[in-house]
Amino acid sequence: MTATVRPAGDRAVLVELPDSSAAVRLAQALTDRAEFVDVVPGHRTVLLTWAGERRPQELEALVESALGSGPPPGPVRRIEIPVVYDGPDLDEVAELVGLSPDEVVRRHVAAKYVVAFLGFAPGFAYLLGGDERLEVPRRANPRERVPAGSVAIAGPYSGVYPRDTPGGWRLLGRTSTTLFDPEQSRPALLEPGDRVRFVAL
Amino acid sequence: MNEVAVVRAGALTTFQDCGRPGFAHLGVPPSGAADPPAFRLANRIVGNAADAAVLEATLIGPALRFARPALVAVTGADAGATIAGHPLERGRAAEVPAGVVLELGGCREGVRAYISVRGGFAVDATLGSRSHDLLTGLGPPPLREGDLLHVGPEPARPPQRAEIVPARGEPTLFVVPGPRDDWFPSEALAALTETTWRVAAASNRIGMRLEGPALARLDRGELLSEGLVTGAIQVTSGGLPIVLGPDHPTTGGYPVIAVVVARDLPLAGQLAPGSSLRFAEYHAAPKPGNV
Repeated sequence: MTATVRPAGDRAVLVELPDSSAAVRLAQALTDRAEFVDVVPGHRTVLLTWAGERRPQELEALVESALGSGPPPGPVRRIEIPVVYDGPDLDEVAELVGLSPDEVVRRHVAAKYVVAFLGFAPGFAYLLGGDERLEVPRRANPRERVPAGSVAIAGPYSGVYPRDTPGGWRLLGRTSTTLFDPEQSRPALLEPGDRVRFVAL
Repeated sequence: MNEVAVVRAGALTTFQDCGRPGFAHLGVPPSGAADPPAFRLANRIVGNAADAAVLEATLIGPALRFARPALVAVTGADAGATIAGHPLERGRAAEVPAGVVLELGGCREGVRAYISVRGGFAVDATLGSRSHDLLTGLGPPPLREGDLLHVGPEPARPPQRAEIVPARGEPTLFVVPGPRDDWFPSEALAALTETTWRVAAASNRIGMRLEGPALARLDRGELLSEGLVTGAIQVTSGGLPIVLGPDHPTTGGYPVIAVVVARDLPLAGQLAPGSSLRFAEYHAAPKPGNV
């Protein structure tokens, strides 16, 4: 088995996997299982939590068979996010990676992203699959307020801030797309496994 | 419908219920009462449904004036509750007459007191819960002076007599090592369970920060973000532990050295800033063998 099951207290385990796509696949396979309260993918992990004292039976076997199964049934969700690339960090990013601002935008738009996991804030999706040339560290001094809709990068990730929050990622642009609305039946626009493209306006 | 006027809001008084489990993969914290048994007891005493919304008062409780008679109860910390100046015993249902004030003071024997009213507090749910989430702001906002609260419809169940709130034991929280205990030298896990830790003032429903000796970490670079549970003990880059509370972020990159067992989370939810606590390693009681 390529997965390692680690304890996370007495009502959860953290399953460690070789890569993000295995984590997304396992999370998708287990997310509707009644024995779990929450199924939370991370970058290379899936956290499985349950209610009550009883550990779900045959947990390791369940994980193994879920990993062995194919992709989940149903169409892959593809989402396009329109972006105005006028972010305050665009020039700095261009300088850091040794490209022109136009080339940074071209590469950010050309990449095909996958939602690896969510966190930080409701609806904040960590997107993998970006151009490796655009990997930049977080800002040394995070901003106290990043406006909602900011399209940003840090390390291997791209993301969109669902609402005004403090934040340390580098801002390339902005979108008017709503990322999180708790009144909707599907509150988060982006869920693990979704495919995402950015479209320059 | 009964109306309740907030005469004084208290230090931090929030609506709480069972929270929002099941949305962690969308970045939504579990939230919910920090002391679930006290929350459940408060509802049981007044005959409410198990998930009715109550008020969670923190450190210093509120003063509430009821427009019409209401059956109320206070559980959790001892907040010196009074009705029209007369003491209200913790864990007992009592009627507040029309126009009279239920007043809570400073919390002793804990930091969080729960106020239930027969019918529950009627307030809009977000993602199925009326809990205020300190991290994300989801749910109804904390109480402010001058707010008018509403009471829900009379439940079918009669008020229940409840057992006296059990005395809290020694503040020892049992922990299961991991999932990232291998990011620490063995001395760090030993120090975790041998130290008497102090609860820092900057503690809240998101996390309880602890003061004590810095825990050494092995140099393994940066941990990729992974899912977190309530009770997880994260160790910051400075080496100090944070015990995550119900409003914790759903993922994070600080290694978790150990996790407080579910049974002891209510105790963690009642520890006051400045108080001391210890951790001990949890060994599950032997269970009948699996078939």
